[in-house]
Amino acid sequence: MNKAEVLIIDDEPQIRKLLQINLESNDYKVVQASTGKEGLILSASHAPDLILLDIGLPDKSGHDILKELREWYNKPIIILSVQDNEIDIISALDNGATDYLTKPFRTGELLARIRSAIKRSQNSENDIIITCGDIEINLVARIVKQNNEVIKLTSTEYNLLALFAKNEGKVLTHQYLLREIWGYTFQTETQYLRVFVGTLRKKIEVNPNNPQHIITESGVGYRFQ
Amino acid sequence: MDLLKTRKLNTIKQYLISILLIVFTAILCFFSVDIIGYRAVALILLFMVSVNAILFDIFPVMLSAMLSAIILNFFFIPPTFTWQIETTEDVLMFLMYFVIACINAVLTYQIRKFEQKEIEQEEKEKSIKLYNTILNSLSHELRTPISTIIGAIDTIKENQTKLSDKNRKELYSEIEIASFRLNRQVKNLLSISRLEAGFIQPKVDWCDLNELVFSAINDNEKETQNHQIVFIPKNMPCVKIDNGLTEQILFNLIHNALQHTPTNSIITIKLTHNLTHCFIEVSDNGKGLPTNEIKYVFDKFYRLNQTVPGGTGLGLSIVKGFTEAMKGKVIVDNLKIGGARFLIKIPCEFSKNTNLGNE
Repeated sequence: MNKAEVLIIDDEPQIRKLLQINLESNDYKVVQASTGKEGLILSASHAPDLILLDIGLPDKSGHDILKELREWYNKPIIILSVQDNEIDIISALDNGATDYLTKPFRTGELLARIRSAIKRSQNSENDIIITCGDIEINLVARIVKQNNEVIKLTSTEYNLLALFAKNEGKVLTHQYLLREIWGYTFQTETQYLRVFVGTLRKKIEVNPNNPQHIITESGVGYRFQ
Repeated sequence: MDLLKTRKLNTIKQYLISILLIVFTAILCFFSVDIIGYRAVALILLFMVSVNAILFDIFPVMLSAMLSAIILNFFFIPPTFTWQIETTEDVLMFLMYFVIACINAVLTYQIRKFEQKEIEQEEKEKSIKLYNTILNSLSHELRTPISTIIGAIDTIKENQTKLSDKNRKELYSEIEIASFRLNRQVKNLLSISRLEAGFIQPKVDWCDLNELVFSAINDNEKETQNHQIVFIPKNMPCVKIDNGLTEQILFNLIHNALQHTPTNSIITIKLTHNLTHCFIEVSDNGKGLPTNEIKYVFDKFYRLNQTVPGGTGLGLSIVKGFTEAMKGKVIVDNLKIGGARFLIKIPCEFSKNTNLGNE
């Protein structure tokens, strides 16, 4: 299998260096751009498997580059941002970013995100059974098993879990989840989501107070892993 | 110091009041001059000029000095209702009166000016001292982790072959801890400057307080090894508050308790609510706060006199700032059985559908 190629668009040479060493030692091919313009050119000429895009570039806003890229580029784009400004992050996710990380981030976390984003982009959508750790979901039979034991879920709980599982590793915003499960009119009713995530956690988490499957992304949404 | 306030009145008011005082006194004297005699009137008017000198700026005082001299001459010194003065004695008295009134005005003015300068100097010195304390504690707080990182990296670089695996790993973990500490301090500094600039605008949304508490406990995990954190989740409805701000309030309160209590202490977190407010209580069984310092604990950069090294004195001011940004209140006191207690009250909406899970 060919090495996957990652394009880094970031104006900070230190961050680029760190990312490059990390990615190369984990068998990725790395291309680097220090400005938004250069990033756009390189993304067209290299067609990388994934783009790491810094949102605070000097020449052009990362949000604008994201929009331009999304006009033709359909592979994962992971946003890097310094400020943990939720509004910024949500707007990037709405504009087609696959995932986000705030600096300072742990490289282990970064690699996991890259891996899962690339895996998702290569997977066909026709999986019947999704396995995630001790949980197994049969999308045709609508059956959820944990350690081979069937877990009883209400239909909303099942829909939520299935939606999570189909997007394993990806952060899903509150608005997106509400829209998909309850419909457009419920987009702001985050309290429903809180309650259902709570009950779902009680059923699938070993310790619902320290969840390992449904992770809260403060102010943004949830991530299933 | 209350007298000083009169000097902040505008000039026209100062002139008016000082003239009125003199005129009023003169009228009073006019009706009693037969009893007290005109020489006593001179003394009374002189007294009023001195009072003016204490209350007002130099120009209204000079004016009242001159006015009173004119009044004295015209209405009191015989022959009255003329500008003439009969006896040499009275001429002398009148001249002395005028000179003393003016000297009075000028002297008081100069003493006051000197006082003012002294107060300003004192304030300046105070703020320089405060600034230095802040700078010292900040630079110490930022430099310590930086020195750790630089030192550890130098050691690793220069002793590549000599370093045992165990020591190398320890150095790596020191670098890690130092970086987290640095990151936390920078986050606090950013929060405080956002608060100062008035940039904090709460973004309320439904949130699960139990979850926030657990997440704040988990985030403090690295430093909880020798402490016990007790939190029994309660069946709370969802509350509409700012998620991020509340999370940092919780984190800071727990972090603060961990820093200021001896090892093996117990930190207790309680959630309660009434119809309009939710209450977050974080208490510990440590020594409690010194009563003479308790009112300062929320001050920016304030640190208890006998405190553990580390910390910038920002954590609790952020707690207060964030709570107040959500229109809430924070109360601190000592428990009767010992230990400090922080109580946060935040006004909020509550969700009604807590039982959705049983649809």
